[in-house]
Amino acid sequence: MSQALPQREPPDRPWAAMAMEWVRENLFSSWVNIALTLLAVAFVVVVVPPIVDWGIISAVWSGETREACLGPDKGACWPYIGARWGQIIYGFYDDPQRWRVDIVYIVGAVGIAWLMIPRLPGKFWVGVAMYVGFPILVYVLLSGGMFGLSIVPSSKWGGLLLTLLISLTGIIFSMPIGILLALGRRSELPIIRWLSIGFIEFVRGVPLIMILFMASNLMPLFLPSGWNPDKLLRALVAITLFSSAYMAEVVRGGLAAIPKGQTEAAAALGLGYWRTMGLITMPQALKISLPSIVSSCISLFKDTSLISIMGFFDLLQVIKSGNSDPVWSTPNTAFTGYLFAALVYFAFCFGMSRYSAYLERTVGGGKVGTGKA
Amino acid sequence: MSGQDDVAAVLPPSLPPRPWPWEHGRWRGLVFQFVVLAAVVGVVVWMGSNAWGELKNFGFSFLGNTAGFEISFKLIDYDRAGTYLDVLIVGLLNTLLVAALGIVLATVLGFVVGIARLSPNWIVSRLATAYVEFVRNVPLLLWILFFYLALIPTLPVAKQAVSLGDWLFLTNRGLFIPKLHWGETAWMVLVAFIAAIIGAIATTRWARRRQLATGKRPPDLLIGIALVVGLPVLAFFAAGMPVSLEYPELKGFNFKGGLALQPELFALVLALTIYTATYIAEIVRSGIEGVSKGQSEAASALGLSRGQRLRLVVIPQAMRIIIPPLTSQYLNLTKNSSLATAIAYPDVVAVFAGTALAKEGREIEILGITALIYLTLSLVTSLVMNLYNRRIQLTER
Repeated sequence: MSQALPQREPPDRPWAAMAMEWVRENLFSSWVNIALTLLAVAFVVVVVPPIVDWGIISAVWSGETREACLGPDKGACWPYIGARWGQIIYGFYDDPQRWRVDIVYIVGAVGIAWLMIPRLPGKFWVGVAMYVGFPILVYVLLSGGMFGLSIVPSSKWGGLLLTLLISLTGIIFSMPIGILLALGRRSELPIIRWLSIGFIEFVRGVPLIMILFMASNLMPLFLPSGWNPDKLLRALVAITLFSSAYMAEVVRGGLAAIPKGQTEAAAALGLGYWRTMGLITMPQALKISLPSIVSSCISLFKDTSLISIMGFFDLLQVIKSGNSDPVWSTPNTAFTGYLFAALVYFAFCFGMSRYSAYLERTVGGGKVGTGKA
Repeated sequence: MSGQDDVAAVLPPSLPPRPWPWEHGRWRGLVFQFVVLAAVVGVVVWMGSNAWGELKNFGFSFLGNTAGFEISFKLIDYDRAGTYLDVLIVGLLNTLLVAALGIVLATVLGFVVGIARLSPNWIVSRLATAYVEFVRNVPLLLWILFFYLALIPTLPVAKQAVSLGDWLFLTNRGLFIPKLHWGETAWMVLVAFIAAIIGAIATTRWARRRQLATGKRPPDLLIGIALVVGLPVLAFFAAGMPVSLEYPELKGFNFKGGLALQPELFALVLALTIYTATYIAEIVRSGIEGVSKGQSEAASALGLSRGQRLRLVVIPQAMRIIIPPLTSQYLNLTKNSSLATAIAYPDVVAVFAGTALAKEGREIEILGITALIYLTLSLVTSLVMNLYNRRIQLTER
């Protein structure tokens, strides 16, 4: 009787042979490919070692003044960053009061980490605390004037603190405004729709600098002469309005992807407009547009660097002005400063985009629910 | 009304009462819209009354006033005797110059990187990915400042310029390239060039018709190249060699003659190019990935090479996905060129909404005009792109 033999695994091949095969298929499959590989390897060999050498091997790691970093074959001047560390993190915040900033940093980091790690419980309440309580805490702690805290004017806030503060405020406030604008743009009420379209298209049509210029030049004109809103507040309003127009378009994209059957089913259940939106349509739309929402947040984070044009000392501006400090003036200072700033921005932005990719894989953002889950 | 009373008397008493007007959806919508409109109008009127002192003098006659300041880079004649209108035009041309250069370069770089990311070659695709991820996660302003304040100052001085023959000199004062010097009969070359392009297009169409009719394609590419290169060269000699190159020359501490690209322009274009190219690369990549795999497999079944597959089958279809987001990247680049303010390149925002505003006041008019310019640019670009998009969509089967 003939009997099928159980299927067997292919024989183990030596590791080296598999590696060779991979190399042949991925790097040397054709003449063009060989040429490309050689070109790319040459590029890496020419570019990478000097950068590593400059940034790490020949770099100066300790010193008090520029003298330490001067020299023909010296690399990056890291002690310069060390000397500027306080300004980079706190701006010009009064030295003895910096513990207040530290608390803000710690509470913010813990709260955001709590929201980001899926396993931790109590997401709803932490979310409410971060969305409502945290901004109040930040305001009270940073500006002072209450509970015996001394007043620190917003002109002294700066560095990473200011960059993060503006980004977080922008994200927190532009989300609800953006959602309302998106609903407005899809509304059946013509006046609401045209007002929303007008606002969104105007803001998206002009550069952020224009909006910032308007906030610093026009806003005081159009407010009663007694009112003199804080410069930072004006910048915050400008950035929030700017980013809410972009957020609105992202949310609108998500809303457009929701099948009509969802709204109709909700109507059949007797839900009104707000309950349909709040319970049925919007949760799905936000889930679909999650990747785009995150990339909006990344853009917002990078765009905060523009407020230096209004005269604020955010992370980038602190480093830019530090670069021209005569105490640390060396040929490598500017490169070191900008490299450091680039790495900080990169860490935040890349982190956000990786986290969004992770959410997409696990939570399944970016896909319309089938209703079975 | 008596008629209603009659109806009510006939109806059974168990029917629910008629809803009040405000319980009715349409009424509520009208009332809500009225309230919102009233609020918006109220805020506008209130703001207008606050700014009444300024609004009273609203007008554009100040555009005729003498500006009285110099502009460091201009494409047309301008000096400090020029008016604010001239300032506006100079700034606008500078913006358009940066945008045009940036769009062309970023498109080329973006397509190359986007295709490289999909390359079967592991090293090439990794390099492209690393470039995209690093460059686009760092703010554009940082790139601009880096090029302008860190990189360009380290370039050699004019006497030790990095040069490419007599053609190109790279110094810390900018990039110097030869300038075309147009003679009197130079228009003939230009006409020949345009005629050659029209001829080449006609040849391609004729070749396509021949191919459909006979199955054999005449060598239209060769004919086209011969036309585009040959006709202008013929015209050039026929017109007595009217076009000459003016080379940059070292005079004293700097180069004179030729076309000088200031460090500001150079840094701005460079930063805009590498930054926007990362976004374009992603658009190109997702566009190519969006073409179904069967298309590419069918093309290889027909015996097309990888290059032919990309050029004839995949990219034409991918373009339909690519064009709309590409448009918005072009607009972004144009708007981002306003970061010129940070390094004092005299674009329209820096020179008009910045310097002119500081000198003349007139915030409402100046910012209004500048915003209107950007809105118009947005509108025109998206209109042109929509037209192109519609054309490309029609070729779809």
